[in-house]
Amino acid sequence: MSLELFLLLAAALFSIGLFGALAQQSVVMLMMGLELMLGGVIVGAAAVWHYIAPDAADGQVLVVLAVTVMAVEMAVGFAVVTALFRAREVDMTDMAAELKE
Amino acid sequence: MPENAPVWAIVVLPVALAVAAVVTAGFDAVLSGAAGRGHAGGIRRAGRRAATPVREALRLLVQQPRRTTAADRLLGRLGVVLVPVAAVLAGAVLPWGFRAVSDPSVGVVWFNAMEALAWAAVWLAGWGPNSALSLISGYRFLAQGLAYELPHMFALTTAALGAESLRVGDVVAAQEGVWFVVWMPVAFAAYLLSALAMAFWGPFAHPLARDAAGGAAAELAGVDRLVFLGGRWLLLVVTAGFSVPLFLGGGHGPLLPGWAWTLLKTAAVLALLVILRRALPVLRMERYMEAAWMVLVPLTLLQALFVAVVVLNR
Amino acid sequence: MFDDVIFWSLAMLAVAAGVMVFRFDSMARATYALLLSLLCVGGEVLLLGLDYLGVVIVLMMTIEMAIMAVFMVMYMMNPAGLMPMTMIHNKRGAAVICAVVFAALAAGILLTPWPARRGRASADPTMDLGMSLMGPQMLTMMTLGLALFATIVVTVVLATRRGRYDRFGDDLKARTADDPVRGGVGR
Repeated sequence: MSLELFLLLAAALFSIGLFGALAQQSVVMLMMGLELMLGGVIVGAAAVWHYIAPDAADGQVLVVLAVTVMAVEMAVGFAVVTALFRAREVDMTDMAAELKE
Repeated sequence: MPENAPVWAIVVLPVALAVAAVVTAGFDAVLSGAAGRGHAGGIRRAGRRAATPVREALRLLVQQPRRTTAADRLLGRLGVVLVPVAAVLAGAVLPWGFRAVSDPSVGVVWFNAMEALAWAAVWLAGWGPNSALSLISGYRFLAQGLAYELPHMFALTTAALGAESLRVGDVVAAQEGVWFVVWMPVAFAAYLLSALAMAFWGPFAHPLARDAAGGAAAELAGVDRLVFLGGRWLLLVVTAGFSVPLFLGGGHGPLLPGWAWTLLKTAAVLALLVILRRALPVLRMERYMEAAWMVLVPLTLLQALFVAVVVLNR
Repeated sequence: MFDDVIFWSLAMLAVAAGVMVFRFDSMARATYALLLSLLCVGGEVLLLGLDYLGVVIVLMMTIEMAIMAVFMVMYMMNPAGLMPMTMIHNKRGAAVICAVVFAALAAGILLTPWPARRGRASADPTMDLGMSLMGPQMLTMMTLGLALFATIVVTVVLATRRGRYDRFGDDLKARTADDPVRGGVGR
């Protein structure tokens, strides 16, 4: 185990999540991609804490931040989908594009 | 001082939990029999009634499994197996006397995380068979989970706060003089309620209720059903048993050794729950939801505040 | 050695489950694949010595994904994957972007001269975290708390269709709220 290995794992998770967030049409699937990306961020922050600065708690605070962002992202995401679905009966990003008109 | 148990305890733990679950189920069966068919009369008839769960388990072992069309068998099985697995994993931090199979520094959070696996387990078991009634019951358990989880977490937090540690061993050690139940009665009551809800048993058996034809277990038969319902009893034993180190002083007590006190207290809590169950109807989760969020959450928060003030001025 | 085995198995499982999230047709399977991936993330965090955060990640992700599955089934056209269909746009572009991002990240990771470890972890990192959040990082904690509270308000406002006029009448004079589902404290 080394810092590089952990960071590579984080990068892999981040990239897979990015693929999902970019390629998926459905808003809920897109959010799963975002969750995966944040999972990568968590691994990266924890690894940096362990291998670079374990005496400071800043890395841990970053993990707490990422976990909170995950929760907020999911809650707001589903609330928006619910509102969107009520208004338009759509759940896909492409169809929601007409909202800007 | 708390220390880790020997390695063989890992093997003994599931067996001990299973024995406790069978005994509890037997006691419940005796009470049910007395309520349904009158007083047992002789000791032999009472014994026959107490053996009902064992007979039922043997019957389920030889029963044909039920197949449904387009079932998601992988996820369904996973959900069924996850119930006892979550119970045993949560039981790993249960101190037996003063020694647990494992006593990690975040034992209280570990217990909470493992019992949260039950959320996933019941929903998966309801989703698996591709049947409307069992899926509805999976949703019911999620709603029930949202209702019980917050008061439950605050109750756990309160006990950890009183001991100023998340380690279960420290929580037990902090109760050498006064048990936590004496100055945290609200947290204890909220914990017992959520323990019942967590094991979806008794007044909180709505996810397995009759109005949904047996709920999440509706399509389970044979070994699947045995594992799922047995896992539910395990969950009940573990959650009720965890109230002993949290609030009832763990192994502390006069005369008897620690393990005997643990056993006695766990048996007392389980007996109380089994007897109380007969007095209460099954609650619909929307009713419990409002009661939990409007009454229990503020109460447990006040309780935590009280404990925090006491701890700060100690 | 033992740690290496755990690291590699958790890492492989996390990445494989992450890929399967976008390959499964069944929404329930996709959600629980994501849960598996995030549980492995929690395991890696435990492996790094952050006991509290690792277990909290396991706890939070289990509950979060259990709730997420409800919405997935509610809003997807084909929740059980019984009729295979594809809901993807610009797959090739996304794949290229991701490959480039991963290559850039990997190059950065491997080429950067990482600083050596400073100091040693204290015996109780959980205590460190708590002291930090309640001390120097108080502002972070307060911001997070405020953000979470705002989230609760925003999500309820966004998701509910009924306002107080629906519940208490046009003049807000009704004594008991007119709710479709009655609660347990007598309202």
